[in-house]
Amino acid sequence: MAELDARGLNCPMPILKAKKALKDLAAGDTLKVVATDPGSVSDFSAFCRTTGNELVEQSEENGVYTYVIRKSA
Amino acid sequence: MSGEDAIAKQKQMTIIVTKGALDLAYPPFILATTAAAMNVNVSMFFTFYGLQLLKKDLGHLRVSPLGNPAMEMPLAGLHLTVPNAAAALPGMEALSTTLMRNLIKRKGVASIEELREAAIDSEVEMIACQMTMDLFEWTAADMVEGIVIGGAATYMEKALKSDINLFI
Repeated sequence: MAELDARGLNCPMPILKAKKALKDLAAGDTLKVVATDPGSVSDFSAFCRTTGNELVEQSEENGVYTYVIRKSA
Repeated sequence: MSGEDAIAKQKQMTIIVTKGALDLAYPPFILATTAAAMNVNVSMFFTFYGLQLLKKDLGHLRVSPLGNPAMEMPLAGLHLTVPNAAAALPGMEALSTTLMRNLIKRKGVASIEELREAAIDSEVEMIACQMTMDLFEWTAADMVEGIVIGGAATYMEKALKSDINLFI
């Protein structure tokens, strides 16, 4: 699984970097993103709903948010 | 949604960018880059002071507390406001700009340079207003590469076909 460290970055960089990372993946591949921006909770859901990518998993621990996104076709 | 459907249904957005201060440069670039990341076709039309954001070097962008009662800078747990009489003093604009640039860096907020680069990377179309360039005597050589130069009709053609049109 590809990984993206977006810790310390503020809006809109986690989304922009995730988009860029997804570009390099094949359909069906997954990307794990870690972020510290609390706004990313709402943003990654909205991003995935709009782009058709699947938000497979999301969790939070001590202010670090983890997302697993599966790339759509 | 399959890739083909996504292309067939691709949404469009235009943004008219009229402000050239360091702080007000953020909303148009944040929205443009995020929209592009969400598969929206984006055109930005830079006119009047907004054209500053297309200059090759962006180091000249500044922010001023003058005439902005809503500007409160966090400092040592407090929020600092500057009365207009003090904000008008020489050096205050430079000081505010330095404070703002430091704050942006410390909070992990992208620089305008970074966001503009991201916009170029994601093929956001940037149109420089020809009339403004004539008015303030700027040429294409002053501007970043890859932009289009055009007028109101160029903008209107895009706007009429777009799902979202913003004026910032």
